Amino acid sequence: MTEIRGLYILWLREVKRYLRDKMRIISGVVAPILWLFIFGTGIRFAGAIGNLNYQQYLFPGIVGQTLLFTSMFIGISVIWDREFGFMKEILVAPVSRVSIFFGKMLGDSTDALIQGTIVLFFGTLLGILEAPIMFLQLLPVMVLITFGFVSLGLTVASFIQNLESYGVVVSFINMPLFFLSGALFPVHGTDVPNWLQIASNFDPLTYGVDALRQITLGPEWQPLYPFHYNVLIVLLFDIAMITIGTLALSRRK
Amino acid sequence: MVNVIETVDLTRRFGELVAVDKLNIAVDHGEIFGLLGPNGAGKTTAISMLCTILRPTSGTAKVSGFDIIKEANQVRRSIGIVFQDPSVDDRLTGRENLFMHANLYGVPSSKQKTRIEGVLKLVELEDRADDILRTYSSGMRRRLEIARGLIHYPKVLFLDEPTIGLDPQTRGHIWTYIKELKEIHDMTIVLTTHYMEEADRLSDRVAIIDYGKIVALDTPNKLKKALQGDVITVSTKDAEKLSSILAEKLDIQKTRIIDDKLELVVQDGESFLPKVVETAAENKMSVEAVVLRQPSLEDVFLHYTGRAIRAEGSNERRGEAAIRRRAIR
Repeated sequence: MTEIRGLYILWLREVKRYLRDKMRIISGVVAPILWLFIFGTGIRFAGAIGNLNYQQYLFPGIVGQTLLFTSMFIGISVIWDREFGFMKEILVAPVSRVSIFFGKMLGDSTDALIQGTIVLFFGTLLGILEAPIMFLQLLPVMVLITFGFVSLGLTVASFIQNLESYGVVVSFINMPLFFLSGALFPVHGTDVPNWLQIASNFDPLTYGVDALRQITLGPEWQPLYPFHYNVLIVLLFDIAMITIGTLALSRRK
Repeated sequence: MVNVIETVDLTRRFGELVAVDKLNIAVDHGEIFGLLGPNGAGKTTAISMLCTILRPTSGTAKVSGFDIIKEANQVRRSIGIVFQDPSVDDRLTGRENLFMHANLYGVPSSKQKTRIEGVLKLVELEDRADDILRTYSSGMRRRLEIARGLIHYPKVLFLDEPTIGLDPQTRGHIWTYIKELKEIHDMTIVLTTHYMEEADRLSDRVAIIDYGKIVALDTPNKLKKALQGDVITVSTKDAEKLSSILAEKLDIQKTRIIDDKLELVVQDGESFLPKVVETAAENKMSVEAVVLRQPSLEDVFLHYTGRAIRAEGSNERRGEAAIRRRAIR
């Protein structure tokens, strides 16, 4: 019971801090807007992908990207907490490291998912998301994508000592994951070089974005893998990252 | 007497450096135990081990009957700690910080409200409780941290430099709280400090720690009495000459020269003082000032470690750094 309460209160803290930080919410939405409305419009009139217009293709990719970027950058909260001493208050409390990790992870995931949900509304503006049922179908997949990347971010943060390096390292991880995932352009198919296809298979976001496309585009989309296979891969990634993240946080000097 | 804390050869190394060197102390139930020493003496390292956030290199300790290595969780449940550096969430309000702490320590929901009100009242922060911590002064944050350490009614409260970098008025306030706490909650308090006055005013017993080792341990009064004598400080340019002349003529227990100051420890200070002035006049030495005082803990510290606690001046600077850290957030 104490564990659950500890977990809950740490979750609540992350969400409260996030909702109070209006700048963070706004700035987190600006990038997807630029991608969808400017980049998307530009490329759309330069060409199409199969029978889809580019914005239809791009939208699930940008949902995935938003989740990836916000999830990873939220890990910085661990470094803030350490820098400003709050981490000690948590670590000295009689709550297990597993609960601490889950409280933080679930809190950060909630923040990232709020960000992702805002992006979903842009999809309705663009006329890509028409059926409200799609929200409900997309959400579980988005949750799975978020858990894995938040845990990865928290893991990286528990090994890095200062804020500056964290930004650099995270960008270094984010960019390849983003580009290789097929969010912006197809990474599988006859025209795609072999090395790119192979590399993209090592990117967990590839499976996440593919699953999102299967929902938003339906039969119009030629999936890379069956839906359940995509979900399974993302789930395995989550389990691995949560385990590693918990261990990383539990290290005791 | 029940020992609330007992350490057995508690040791912590950081590479070559032995931060805490075979520490053996026993703290009685209900006492305020002071750990006095300069920064870097190993006080915080010792406390960190007792609070289970740092693993000892060797040796162990028991806190309220639980082993700090094997029963870390039980230890955590029974202690409260106010860290040297700030450790509050400055984006949350005072009340939210307290609420979070109450939940982390498993205070029953039905009791949380009354306890939070209670500690807020104790540290006189009731009217600021719903403000975001960023708007608090450093003294207020400190008081909130002390309040926080109390919500779960710990058996043992660790205070790591509780008044570092605070103004004298706030410091006085916090001393009053600490004394009240002990009375009200029947707590055992372990206090680290490099302020002599703080150790003197608050502690039932003081351990002087230097380079990770205890060099003296007793009540402040007994420690001072052990010096057996009064301290006379003479400010003069001819400190060394005066010292040697006086040593020939009179009975002096101890002399020490720091810059242009000659310090003498003598049996009967009041009758000795005129003789110092006479001797200086006979030898045509100019004396700027003469001060006679009872020995302080500072003298005790000097006696055992051979140096002044603030010799490097770094202590004060660290205090300032701590204020700055609080301020920049």
